[in-house]
Amino acid sequence: MIRIEKLHKSYPIGKDSLHVLKGIDLHIKEGEFVSIMGSSGSGKSTLLNIVGLLDTHDQGAYYLNGQLIQGLNEKKAAILRNKFLGFVFQSFNLISYKTALENVALPLYYKGMNRKERLIIALDYLDKVGIKDWANHLPNELSGGQKQRVAIARALVTNPKVVLADEPTGALDSTTTDSVMDLLKDINNEGMTVFVITHEEEVANQTKRIVRLKDGVIISDEPTIASKNL
Amino acid sequence: MKFLFDSDTWQEIYGSIRKNKMRTGITIIGVLWGIFLLVVLLGATRGLENSFNKAFGSFATNSVFVWTQYTDTPFKGFQKGRRFNLNTKDVRVLKSEYANEIKVLAPRNQTRNLIVKDFKSGTFRVSGDYSFLDQIQKKKLIYGRFLNSRDISLIAKVTVISEDMYKQLFDKGVNPIGQYIKINSINFKVIGVYEPSPRINIDGDTAYIPFSTFKKVYNTANKISWMMITANKGVDIEQMEKDILLTLKNLHKVHPEDERAFGSVNLSKEIGKFLGFLTGMQFLTWFVGIATLIAGVFAIGNILLITVKERTKEIGIRRAIGATPKKIRQQIILESVFLTTVAGMMGIIFGAAVLMLIDYQWGRGVDAVLVNPTVNIPIILAAFTTLVVLGTLIGLIPAHMATVVKPIEALREE
Ligand SMILES: Nc1ncnc2c1ncn2[C@@H]1O[C@H](COP(=O)(O)OP(=O)(O)OP(=O)(O)O)[C@@H](O)[C@H]1O
Ligand SMILES: [Mg+2]
Repeated sequence: MIRIEKLHKSYPIGKDSLHVLKGIDLHIKEGEFVSIMGSSGSGKSTLLNIVGLLDTHDQGAYYLNGQLIQGLNEKKAAILRNKFLGFVFQSFNLISYKTALENVALPLYYKGMNRKERLIIALDYLDKVGIKDWANHLPNELSGGQKQRVAIARALVTNPKVVLADEPTGALDSTTTDSVMDLLKDINNEGMTVFVITHEEEVANQTKRIVRLKDGVIISDEPTIASKNL
Repeated sequence: MKFLFDSDTWQEIYGSIRKNKMRTGITIIGVLWGIFLLVVLLGATRGLENSFNKAFGSFATNSVFVWTQYTDTPFKGFQKGRRFNLNTKDVRVLKSEYANEIKVLAPRNQTRNLIVKDFKSGTFRVSGDYSFLDQIQKKKLIYGRFLNSRDISLIAKVTVISEDMYKQLFDKGVNPIGQYIKINSINFKVIGVYEPSPRINIDGDTAYIPFSTFKKVYNTANKISWMMITANKGVDIEQMEKDILLTLKNLHKVHPEDERAFGSVNLSKEIGKFLGFLTGMQFLTWFVGIATLIAGVFAIGNILLITVKERTKEIGIRRAIGATPKKIRQQIILESVFLTTVAGMMGIIFGAAVLMLIDYQWGRGVDAVLVNPTVNIPIILAAFTTLVVLGTLIGLIPAHMATVVKPIEALREE
């Protein structure tokens, strides 16, 4: 699903440049549930953003679903994101003046689906994440956990191949963290590839594979106990 | 173009407009004010022009009026301060010397006199005229006819009176035609009643009688009070005025430099002044209107730019979930076009309403200041189109800004 070879990424800072990713090799197969761990500034978000086509890499190769990603224009990138990828962010990133339902339906709008159809599907996904009753509430009327469920529903609604989550539980307490993780596990069990960044060992342990990053290189890449138990 | 008819496109625009009420309001007011000013100013100018045309419309505008005053320079043995009169010889000389230039020359004699009809009476102007006076200042007749050449040659005791005179002298509903009124104690048959021309009305309420009859009744011999001269097309009327005055000075032994001996008014010059004023008004209208419009459109662009910055994050989110740059651009431009269109239409409607109000308040009656203040539809359409085009162009800037940054940079924005 995702294949990365000798990937490098630097950010220009004034005249200098900050070398953030220093030759990453990573292969994630379809249906995997992978977490990335590492100290702050180790380059986790940078990697995820490149995988999510929100940012571009400098050197190395990246294949998404077998397609080499190179010199992609923004239009093609947008279409690939819409088709293959779903995002969940730490800060939810919901559109504040749209209801939960409209937020979830938005990716389908960009897919070109008509309104009636997309509202039906969006409601279905809200049901799936357990907050159907909150469909017509604005984001600021929802709790953090509820917002993240809306965001997850939005990530799932286009039925993507990969869900990318940058610290999805970073802003949540332990109870809501567990319920969000349960949701991601369910999604994974349905066969979707899930790729999560986290700081918390408990969260990482609930995934099936942990990739540890340090100063822009992978220092370990191991399956978890959870995966062996299966 | 399909996206234009997509209810979702409009839903998105409605959502973003509703969310940003303040900015929407300011934007709309900016453009609305511009087009409103343009409409009202154009309409008012047009109204002024119309009232002007109405006032001068009945006049041949290439006319010169000439009369005598008294000399201010001694000449050929005459002292200064001499009074003298125009006479029928002057008329003959001018007519032959300026045969090519003069279209109509109407000598006139005027006095004031008591006019009596049975037990009613009033003092009015009495004017001895030729039938062709009608060619210089068209008379609008309510009853009967104006003087004709037969009346002149027959020295007929007939008169044409104004509507007000008719109302003052006759009982209501009485047909005045064929009735007799007494002017200077002599019976005159009323042959016509005219409606006074609005405002520019040099004669006022006048009883017109044949020139020949006036001469006989008032014993004026060859004297005439003044004359109205209309030039042929293409004649330099100012030059003609100068030449005629010079000829007249020669005929009456007046010093050629004497400025006071003759009085004259050149109607075309007076009108020219006013037309110049009107042109200035029109120019000002366009200048103010267009400048305001452009300012309004820039306000839209500016506000859109601010919103795009405010909404960078939102745009980042939309792009992360699959909005193509084209979609983003479309939405921002359409928003700009929509706002300018709505504001423009409101401006036109308000402008039209104000013009209607002006028309209602000041556009009625004979002495209306602004007659029928209107604006040309093509002009408004052109202004409107320009507005929408400018709106689109100005929308391009923020739209471009919204899509050049990488989505991740947009998302990082707080
Ligand atoms: N747009 C940018 N411009 C310059 N430097 C950047 C940019 N984005 C990230 N960096 C730098 O790159 C390094 C890696 O950042 P990244 O966000 O990937 O870290 P992270 O592992 O996600 O950290 P955290 O756990 O705190 O989220 C950091 O030193 C950061 O300062
Ligand atoms: Mg991070």
